[in-house]
Amino acid sequence: MKRKQKKILARIIISAVLLIVVKIFEPETWWLAALLYAVPYLIIGYDVLRKAAINIRNGQVFDENFLMVIATIGAYATGEFTEAAAVMLFYQTGELFQSVAVGKSRKSISALMDIRPDYANIEREGVLEQVDPEEVAVGDEIVIKVGEKIPLDGIVIEGESFVDTSALTGESLPRSVHPDEDVISGCINQTGLIKVRVTKPFGESTVSKILDLVENSASKKARAESFITRFARYYTPAVVFAALALAVIPPIFAGGWLNWLHRALIFLVISCPCALVISVPLSFFAGIGGAGKQGILVKGGCYLEVLSRSGTVVFDKTGTLTKGVFNVTVIHPERIGEARLIELAAYAESYSTHPIAKSIIDAYNADIDRRRIGACEELSGRGVRAVIDGLDVCAGNDKLMDEIGVKWHPCHHVGTTVHVAVDGVYAGHLVISDEVKETSAEAIKALKANGVGKTVMLTGDSKEVGEDVAKRLGIDEAYTQLLPADKVERVEALISQKSEKQALVFVGDGINDAPVLSRADIGIAMGAMGSDAAIEAADIVLMDDDPLKIAKAIRISRRTIRIVYENIIFALGVKLLVLILGALGLASMWAAVFADVGVSVIAILNAMRALRVKD
Amino acid sequence: MKKTFKLDELDCANCGAKMENAIKKIDGVNDCTVSFVTQKLTLDADDERFDAVLKEAVKVCRKIEPDCEIVIK
Repeated sequence: MKRKQKKILARIIISAVLLIVVKIFEPETWWLAALLYAVPYLIIGYDVLRKAAINIRNGQVFDENFLMVIATIGAYATGEFTEAAAVMLFYQTGELFQSVAVGKSRKSISALMDIRPDYANIEREGVLEQVDPEEVAVGDEIVIKVGEKIPLDGIVIEGESFVDTSALTGESLPRSVHPDEDVISGCINQTGLIKVRVTKPFGESTVSKILDLVENSASKKARAESFITRFARYYTPAVVFAALALAVIPPIFAGGWLNWLHRALIFLVISCPCALVISVPLSFFAGIGGAGKQGILVKGGCYLEVLSRSGTVVFDKTGTLTKGVFNVTVIHPERIGEARLIELAAYAESYSTHPIAKSIIDAYNADIDRRRIGACEELSGRGVRAVIDGLDVCAGNDKLMDEIGVKWHPCHHVGTTVHVAVDGVYAGHLVISDEVKETSAEAIKALKANGVGKTVMLTGDSKEVGEDVAKRLGIDEAYTQLLPADKVERVEALISQKSEKQALVFVGDGINDAPVLSRADIGIAMGAMGSDAAIEAADIVLMDDDPLKIAKAIRISRRTIRIVYENIIFALGVKLLVLILGALGLASMWAAVFADVGVSVIAILNAMRALRVKD
Repeated sequence: MKKTFKLDELDCANCGAKMENAIKKIDGVNDCTVSFVTQKLTLDADDERFDAVLKEAVKVCRKIEPDCEIVIK
């Protein structure tokens, strides 16, 4: 509790005790009673009175302090001394609860986002110094001890360790880092001391970008939030005028003006829209915080709102559903051993810079002794021809095999096939393909289970490869051999096909998807840690490569929206009910205070549920 | 120019909404958001008039919620 809150608590206790004491000795004469009850009333309410006075001078007629003062003074004037003091007391208690609850929520949300590093260790003249991360320049070498946060992005130059990336990715398994590997800021170094050469200034490091994104998320307001602030603007004056009408019109016909005045005062107490105005943005922010904890960065409440309506999810293939890394997935030797086939292919390809050559050499996974290679020739569009240990080795596609007159046969596996011939005899083939991510199939299933009607895949890859992946993953539609511009067109066509109420989500790896990401209703960039273009263009960023997070993000958004509507309906419902009961003379001023601050506190507590995410 | 400021002692959500509205009405302001949750004010105003606009915004805030202060670094 802050000092200010403690002071209010003390005032509440003193005033409550005094109120009870006065009540026990119930003064006989009315003027004595008025005087004695004024003591606890002023103790608890002097700051409300002061604020009301200041605000009315500033022309703020519909200020909640001012309305509270009118209500309680009105009660006082009608001889309800106990009620006036008690209502003020109850109101302040509610405000205290509210401020504690808001403080707690702010804290727990910001704790989730507690990735800001406080310092960096930099070696100067042999001494380790702690400096502000902002003062560290690119190229500086920093030391990260066990248990410390990595303050800036960089490359490890010394030491090995495991780093905890959970604050960024939601992934609980620590990642091992070795020299020459990149590390990103915000991770926690867990097991060993590492030395890192800084590659980005603090302002451009991952941690700053994420913090920026989270902090600015509150300024992108959801429709529900704008609605409620607009509503609040009319709500207070409307209730105040209703109160005025209630105090004046019925007594003209029915008389008993004191009774009607009392009912009107109840209206004034309920006229503050705070519960609504607090709980809606708080729910969104808690939802964004909860998603952030899972490694899902949402740029604003408005995106959660749209995401909750997603009906079509469109995927890019490479890097999104597949790993984006080309590997040798099939080895079919003929007449020679598997290892021998790989060896020959790797030696033949060893001078090539083609990505396919790289994946074959990776699959061989041993040092290449260049002395064993004689003449070597790259045949563009077909493959390579090399002399290895005196053998004439050709490695390439079917065109190359036809050219040298070797009989080959196609492989039933989908991918890029590399045939190998030794001294004019067919020796077998390798298939190189992009592997599908382990969780992709499950991710598509999870989307369907969460009510996504249609899944679509777009790819620049060949028809066979694309359709094969789509079929294996259970994707409804696949469009292949698309250029980046075709993708935008395709997405536009899909947007016009779907119903107005549903949203279209596009998921890409963010490298060349920027136009599509921004064209879709919601653009999700994945595996985007560090990619500026993706963070810029996407509405939601998945910090790890896991496509399963898409369904999770949709679930979080739906839950958040449900909580928002619960709060709106609950707060408005209670207020309306108490207004009606108050007008009929069935509700006391106590109920009115509950409808004001009590509802706020309950709505705040409900909003905080959005922070917790079930697996 | 767009700048973000911290709002100290912003305790009442409705006041935040009122401030946002009032600041939006100041001449030279392109856009403004007040976030009660993060206690932040984002002000987007014309470059050459930014300081004058900010001064006006501080005044407006004080009028609506005397306890709340825009922290200017």
